Amino acid sequence: MSDFKMPSLGADMDAGTLVEWLKQPGDKLGKGDVIAVVETQKGAIEIEVFHDAVMGVHLVEPGERVTVGTTIARLDDGEIEEPEHEAAAPPSALPATETLAPAAVAHIRKPEEERLKITPAARKRAEEMGIDLQIVSPDAAGVIGLAELEAAAKGQTPILTRTKAGIDPVEMRRAIAAAMARSKREIPHYYVSSDLDVTALMTWLEGENRKRPVAERLLYAVPLIRALCLSLAKTPELNGIHEGDVFRPDEAVHAGIAVSMRGGGLIAPAILNADTLDLDVLRKALADLVQRVRAGRLKSSEMTSATVTISNLGEKTADMLMPVIYPPQVAIIGCGQIRETARFKSGAWQARRVMTVTVAADHRVSDGRIAARFLNDAQRQLDHPEKL
Amino acid sequence: MTQEQSEDLVKRILFQVAPELEGEDVDPDEPFREQFEIDSMDFLNLVIGLNKETGIEIPEEDYPKLETLSGCVAYLNQRKGQT
Repeated sequence: MSDFKMPSLGADMDAGTLVEWLKQPGDKLGKGDVIAVVETQKGAIEIEVFHDAVMGVHLVEPGERVTVGTTIARLDDGEIEEPEHEAAAPPSALPATETLAPAAVAHIRKPEEERLKITPAARKRAEEMGIDLQIVSPDAAGVIGLAELEAAAKGQTPILTRTKAGIDPVEMRRAIAAAMARSKREIPHYYVSSDLDVTALMTWLEGENRKRPVAERLLYAVPLIRALCLSLAKTPELNGIHEGDVFRPDEAVHAGIAVSMRGGGLIAPAILNADTLDLDVLRKALADLVQRVRAGRLKSSEMTSATVTISNLGEKTADMLMPVIYPPQVAIIGCGQIRETARFKSGAWQARRVMTVTVAADHRVSDGRIAARFLNDAQRQLDHPEKL
Repeated sequence: MTQEQSEDLVKRILFQVAPELEGEDVDPDEPFREQFEIDSMDFLNLVIGLNKETGIEIPEEDYPKLETLSGCVAYLNQRKGQT
């Protein structure tokens, strides 16, 4: 038997509320299986298990709020025997080894697959109205949404407006403040920035998008993230985790992507192994991640495994940002908006498109020279977009 | 499609892209970006939705015409008229 504890889903989390168990006692668990949903300051997070086991007993009931580190279930990880009542396991119960898909692939789920049985808005509403979800019948697709909830409540409850995907903005602000205060207290930041020329990238992208149907067009964020991740893979001093006075560089680039919430707030979940994903896989991963951030449905591994963060301000924002490192990471890359400018190049003034990219990094681990080398490498990647 | 039908279509797609806006009043002339914090990815999803619902091919060069509700309606009607 082993204890399964309430995980810490970020430097700033101290407690979480169990929303529901997705695995029942006796259920077989494979590495990466989602076993529960926990409500945090960053919305409902799907909690994954990290080794093969069998669910033993639940020690915490839905609705209970417990501190990080509290044992919430016991798992049986010895001999995985067929529990009696599961003697005729359906063929769909894959052997554990087959569930060990590459992490990156495992996290890119099609929208159909991730359709939740209960929408985050409905979950929040049900909690506010004190409705037992057991009594709510789902729609034809098996989904409980606000409409189904309303039907179950039979008009006896007031209709609410504009929910925020289960995220309390005050709590989220508190979480951001705690993480950033820790960062500014503990991490000796330094900043290095360059105006990277993205003319070649944007010209290539415009041609590429002309060839693509609307649904497959690339936002410039996609090749940009790809270029930065390729350069990060060559710069171990910026990619890893600093804990207990020790820096551990990571061989993989798990890129935290800062995604803003409408109405305020920011979450930076990771795209795992981002340096190994080609443009189309990365495009889907990014779309999926943003959609789930805003729906308030992320996985625990996405919340905890980032080795570096990329903050891309986007179109019609501002030219430059000096970002704050998210501990225990040691670097964050800030990308300003793309702007047109005149540059003196090859003996003549030319209209060019540039982006100010700023590296904020940790002096306990690296110096400005490293960040400069990274920026120069990123420029080389961006100069050859066709190779990305 | 009447003016009103086009307007309803655009609003419906906008609310699919940003479900938490459902029921909000949309100022026809203020860019979605400023009005509702619609970012590039939301905007791309809006364009994908318009393309799917109307079958109109929307090249990237036309994106600036789609930044407001009134712009979307005018664009749809103009392009519908061409086909």
